[in-house]
Amino acid sequence: MNNRLLNWFKFASPQSFFPLAGKMIPGFWALAVIFGVAGLYLGFFVAPTDAQQGEGYRIIFLHVPAAWMSMFIYLVMAFWAAIGLIYKTRLSGMMASALAPTGAMFTFLALWTGAFWGKPMWGAWWVWDARLTSELILFFLYIGFIALQAAIDDPRRADKAGAILALVGVVNIPIIYFSVKWWNTLHQGASVSLTKAPSMAQTMLLAMLLCALAFWMYSVAVALMRVRGIILERERNSEWVKQQVTMAAAGR
Amino acid sequence: MLALLKTVVARDLRLAMRRQADIVSALFFFIIVVSLFPLGVGPEADLLRRLAPGVLWVAALLATMLSLPRLFADDFRDGTLEQLALGPQPLAVAVFGKTLAHWLSSGLPLTLLSPLIGAQFDLPADAVWMLVLALLIGTPALSAIGAIGAALTLGLRGGGVLLSLLVLPLYIPVLIFGAGAVDATAGGLGAQAHLSVLGALSLAGLFFAPWATAAALRVALE
Repeated sequence: MNNRLLNWFKFASPQSFFPLAGKMIPGFWALAVIFGVAGLYLGFFVAPTDAQQGEGYRIIFLHVPAAWMSMFIYLVMAFWAAIGLIYKTRLSGMMASALAPTGAMFTFLALWTGAFWGKPMWGAWWVWDARLTSELILFFLYIGFIALQAAIDDPRRADKAGAILALVGVVNIPIIYFSVKWWNTLHQGASVSLTKAPSMAQTMLLAMLLCALAFWMYSVAVALMRVRGIILERERNSEWVKQQVTMAAAGR
Repeated sequence: MLALLKTVVARDLRLAMRRQADIVSALFFFIIVVSLFPLGVGPEADLLRRLAPGVLWVAALLATMLSLPRLFADDFRDGTLEQLALGPQPLAVAVFGKTLAHWLSSGLPLTLLSPLIGAQFDLPADAVWMLVLALLIGTPALSAIGAIGAALTLGLRGGGVLLSLLVLPLYIPVLIFGAGAVDATAGGLGAQAHLSVLGALSLAGLFFAPWATAAALRVALE
């Protein structure tokens, strides 16, 4: 137990995490590509045409996973922020700031694909429905987090201030999720739920889940790449980074 | 602890009264923003009556925002904040006191002024009273949540714009239920549910936000 605990905390130091992240990145990229190809193939070639919405519904395979990831990444970000505040580990703050741009990207993607889906189905690019609006708020929260961290020069203060903001913002996630129940509007109810049988064909569900997995693996890969960049930038005055850089320069 | 609370509230109110121009200019900002809307959308009474709750609430949010940067800035500059943080009492209590004082000098005057503007927008009497009530219940949440943003952006460049970016999204629930209460009354429905949620937001905000604000202040003071 004691031994394992030691190992666990070993990777909380940027120096030992850096090579580990480097080793993990290709794996996550490979998984992302495999799941992505499988999910998109199933979604676009195998899944049946929807009875009501025709072929237009197929954007669901991007839209729903993007929306899921946008919320999930915020939770993960808040989790790392909390860990960083509690244990004062430097790496946690770096993880939080590495995740933010990916989360913002997925939020934007969800809104964008939603607009493309809404135009043929509802006849409008945008409606002021609860879920759209709260997704938009989530986008604002991501932007606020990124802007706050960008405005603070001292990285330690940026981490802590961002962490507090992320934890305050995480209150918004349940509001997003329950907004469908709170305000009854145009948006269709959630298509997938854990408690009742899904209201869609099995292949569609499978394709959607595969795409969600692909997005997930992609997020991990990209966040790890970004965190490696942040580590190098913040630790640029330390000896091991200088060694790393000279080794990399000599290797090429 | 109660003594500290009283002292902070009294002190901040005295400071605010010595700078009455700040309070008055925020109020006039509120009036001007609201007055711009009829000029923008046209003077039809029906349209204005429909718009009034939302416009008034948005203007209230903006006016509250306007006074937020000063909430901690002066105390930060002259070292008062550091002394409060070093004191034996929890910093959150002092923050709570400052939040209350901020509400008394920004939210409360807005609320008292709102019937006048409601009349300008030709709101029926019961909707005007609901507006006053909703503002009275909802504006404490604005001060409480805003304090978090003010603490996070303390001493940063471009703090004002950043503050609005951080705080306005968090104000949205208050806006929805505040304007919703007036809408519901104007539409003949009861506003009980809206007011309850608004009250819950204010109470939760006043209780939890000072802790987050205190944590953010400690980060800024490091």
